[in-house]
Amino acid sequence: MAAMRWTWFHRLASPPYLYALAARLTPWVAWPAALLIVGGLYAGLVLAPPDYQQGEGFRIIYVHVPSAWMSLMVYVTMGVAAAVGLIWRMKVAHAVAASCAPIGASFTVAALVTGSLWGKPMWGTWWEWDPRLTSELILLFLYLGFMGLRAGFDDTQRADRAGALLAVVGMVNVPIIHYSVIWWNSLHQAPSVMRFGKPTMPAAMLAPLLVLLLGFSLFFAAVLLVRVRAEILQRERAARWIGETLRA
Amino acid sequence: MSITGTPAGVGAALTTRASCDEAAPSAPALRAARLTLARDLTLAFRKRGQLIQPLAFFALVTMLFPLAVSPELARLRAVAPGVLWVAALLASLLALEFLFRDDAYDGTLEQYALSGQSLTWLLFAKTVAHWLLTGLPLALMAPFAAMSLGVSAAAVPGIILVMIVGTIALSLIGAIGAALTLGMKRSGALLALLTLPISLPVLIYGARATELAIAGSSFIAPLELLAALAVLAVTLAPLAAAAAVRISLE
Repeated sequence: MAAMRWTWFHRLASPPYLYALAARLTPWVAWPAALLIVGGLYAGLVLAPPDYQQGEGFRIIYVHVPSAWMSLMVYVTMGVAAAVGLIWRMKVAHAVAASCAPIGASFTVAALVTGSLWGKPMWGTWWEWDPRLTSELILLFLYLGFMGLRAGFDDTQRADRAGALLAVVGMVNVPIIHYSVIWWNSLHQAPSVMRFGKPTMPAAMLAPLLVLLLGFSLFFAAVLLVRVRAEILQRERAARWIGETLRA
Repeated sequence: MSITGTPAGVGAALTTRASCDEAAPSAPALRAARLTLARDLTLAFRKRGQLIQPLAFFALVTMLFPLAVSPELARLRAVAPGVLWVAALLASLLALEFLFRDDAYDGTLEQYALSGQSLTWLLFAKTVAHWLLTGLPLALMAPFAAMSLGVSAAAVPGIILVMIVGTIALSLIGAIGAALTLGMKRSGALLALLTLPISLPVLIYGARATELAIAGSSFIAPLELLAALAVLAVTLAPLAAAAAVRISLE
């Protein structure tokens, strides 16, 4: 009975099953992601009214906020996958965690670059030690550390387990780092006047943002599915089912 | 005491002492931890040269700032808390190399893992020894570095207290990174990349508390936050370090 309910979980642990499942699911998330992102960008960059204070410059939030949101989401996904891999010794969970890192690092870089571009007209500098930008920069180093640690091992299994432990430690630390950075910043300067993503946004501005958040999430899912398949192919290259699947 | 310098001897000593010594059967883990602590301190005092290195490094980094920024004490005083903490963070990072390296090379860590004792306690003891040998001297040396940057002597007790609490957290956080990079040949840069981001809260609260101590105001609030980090590190870091050592030994 209890075992029945967990069969889906055990089946996910099987590389051939997950490989096939990822291949089947990819178009179902990739196409909605593309539609939502194109639609959301059109609504945000063209249809939404300009901000009364920031003019057209505010439109960069339609890329910045979803990227920043995803950079954290991906880290949490990575941490959960890593924990599952450590606890249940599930190899495909480690493959998922390993696939998450470059995606998350890319979202982090996108958030940093768009934040810096937004800062030039708004703050007058390319870089301001704003708490969110600083946290984002630290997050980038956490991703780089995870990838660096994995790259340091020749043996995939040891890379998996060491990386997973680091991801779990990082997940415990991300909130601590985030709040200490906010605390640090509140001492040295008044909170910046302009804040992203306040619920006070009018609906015409907020709706495209929500559409893009969903679009970016699905985009992440699609890229993750593709990367996980590549990761499984690489890890299981000696397995017989790979040859059978690829010939079929 | 059957403390010898040889790894197999210590591993065997740990198991035999813990199994045949019935004097304190309720706390064999604590007993093994105490032996490990004594052994690490003994070994360290036989190689005193190594103990000086992090301290010399700390003094050198502190000296770089007057040379690079300006010799004016007024300007140096303003940046003193930051300088002290950056120097302490880098010095403790440098010292991490010594934490597990020798014991990993000669197989002592494997003996620990096989000894049947709690690896968490053994590593905690090793980290405490490491802190006594590097963190505590750093904390005691910090006031001299501070005074060379124009800080008044009245701030000395505060600086020592804040440094003591902060270096405890730094040693324990660093133990995780050191354990994760055990199996690697050239791990210096990676160790920094792993350890520094998760050490940042310690730097933030430590520097703030030091700043307040130097200004002569109450530094209780950041010190309490720093102590909270130290408590969290004491409770969780040895567990993570033990798991990391087991992964490295696989």
